[in-house]
Amino acid sequence: MNELAIKDLLYKLADDQLILGHRNSEWTGFGPILEEDIAFSSMAQDKIGHSLAFYTLLHELGEAEPDTVAFTRNANQFHNNQLVELPNGEYDFSLIRHFLYDNAEIIRFEMLSQSSYEPIAKVAMKLKGEVKYHVLHANTWIKNLGTSTEEALIRLQSSLNEALPYALGMFEKSTYEQELINAGVYAGEEAVKSEWLKRIQAVLEKTELRLPDLKSKEPKLGGRYGEHTEHLQPLLDEMAEVFKIDPTAEW
Amino acid sequence: MYGGGNIFEATKFDDLQTEDPAKLAEFEARIARGEKIEPTDWMPELYRKQLIRMIEQHAHSEIIGALPEGTWITRAPGFRRKMAQMAKVQDEVGHAQLLYSAAETLGKSREQMLTDLINGKSKYSNVFNYPAFTWADSNIISWLIDAGAIVNQMANAKGSYGPYSRALERICAEEAFHLKYGHDAVVHMATGSPKQREMIQAALNRWWPPIMTFFGPSDKMSTHTETLMRWKVKMASNDECRQQFLDMYVPKIWELGLTVPDPNLKKNQETGQWEFTEPDWDEFKRVINGDGPCNAERLAVRRTAEERGAWVRRALLNPKAKYVRPLA
Repeated sequence: MNELAIKDLLYKLADDQLILGHRNSEWTGFGPILEEDIAFSSMAQDKIGHSLAFYTLLHELGEAEPDTVAFTRNANQFHNNQLVELPNGEYDFSLIRHFLYDNAEIIRFEMLSQSSYEPIAKVAMKLKGEVKYHVLHANTWIKNLGTSTEEALIRLQSSLNEALPYALGMFEKSTYEQELINAGVYAGEEAVKSEWLKRIQAVLEKTELRLPDLKSKEPKLGGRYGEHTEHLQPLLDEMAEVFKIDPTAEW
Repeated sequence: MYGGGNIFEATKFDDLQTEDPAKLAEFEARIARGEKIEPTDWMPELYRKQLIRMIEQHAHSEIIGALPEGTWITRAPGFRRKMAQMAKVQDEVGHAQLLYSAAETLGKSREQMLTDLINGKSKYSNVFNYPAFTWADSNIISWLIDAGAIVNQMANAKGSYGPYSRALERICAEEAFHLKYGHDAVVHMATGSPKQREMIQAALNRWWPPIMTFFGPSDKMSTHTETLMRWKVKMASNDECRQQFLDMYVPKIWELGLTVPDPNLKKNQETGQWEFTEPDWDEFKRVINGDGPCNAERLAVRRTAEERGAWVRRALLNPKAKYVRPLA
């Protein structure tokens, strides 16, 4: 198996989870109700833990230590999709992002748990059980708020419209796409996307929210190749603020 | 974290005159026998009032206390600290949730308590009106403020009100982990590079005066305190808690080669009591009454969070909303 292809896939997985985990953690102390502070913090901890698991696999393949990889790269070296790096905004945006992202992530993890590449399969098998709860959380809240007040519906619908092009960017193909599919690592981004559409549609049908026409939305691409919005670098600078005081120190 | 140094209402104890003497006697007898008082049991109004106030203050201290450490979640250096800091602060918010529920059993709603907090009507632990300038400040809070809170909460866990006492038992179990986390972080700083040592000493210097006021002013054994102690609402005096804290933690601070910024701090071998420079109680009063370095900021953050989240709470209360049971 082409090691570059595996590394590319691992970086995508790890960077997505790290950056969204970081964003989720920003809700600690600011949630609309205490229970949501706690929920977003829990998911943040899981996601950061998942990113560590993937960075550890990368380290085993010869990349630098997880701390170095996570805390010292610049934005143009990150492979996450642009959806996860956007600021939290209001709770409606964070919830919609969480819904769109985790419904895709669980499919990725389900596929990878059957992967021909055993180290990923093992990790994905273990972690998908956690992502399952993230999906459950997102879907429950979307169903609840998506059938509630007009105010909530307007907010959620407008966040959904805004987030969708970025969400479509999650499925940007890597250079090694066909190679990964041929080698049975996973079924590829097109397959993830079509299953994702089915699942989010099934949830949205139970609400008064509508998925915008996909043809009218241009996917926001580039994230997988190091092109990011202006929001990622400040996030990384903040994350590394203490670490960079002395990168060789034990904190 | 984070309860400590509760401020009790200076209620006139004549209030007790209006209580049924037979019921009051039975209530006091139950407490003397070590029984717990439960939400539906009879209790004097004064007991209810003081407990609401105390539990509410404690709950507020948890969510406000999550702010100075919370700002360091996104800046924690390295995976190990980042994950632990998140988990630790999340615990504190969870404690607030537990405590608001305990206070609600006495008849005040969470929404009302939060409104009183934002309006400045209810207090919270005064130490959180001080800023956490650096990562090291956050470490000092995790270690020493949590340590202080444990001293206080271990005592209060033996109190007479069932829901509060059970909540505190759970909270103390988690606090024990926070203490280990905080200590571990401080050890790494104190034994690390010159820069790290300088950071942690500076943070200790900044936090020592607030820490010394954490347990509140010296108690005078008024009728007030006496009744609250008899009712097992207040379980230990502020001075006892402070002495116990110094006994447990000053040696640990010294062990790390750090200097406590109080030249008069020493244990009197004859009395067994710690002697120290009297904390600045005028400043304490000024800060608790709103004039501290961070009072306005802390409440503003809380107010913004409440305002921004209001639509979610309205939506949840909407009678049209369907309850969707998770498919776990």
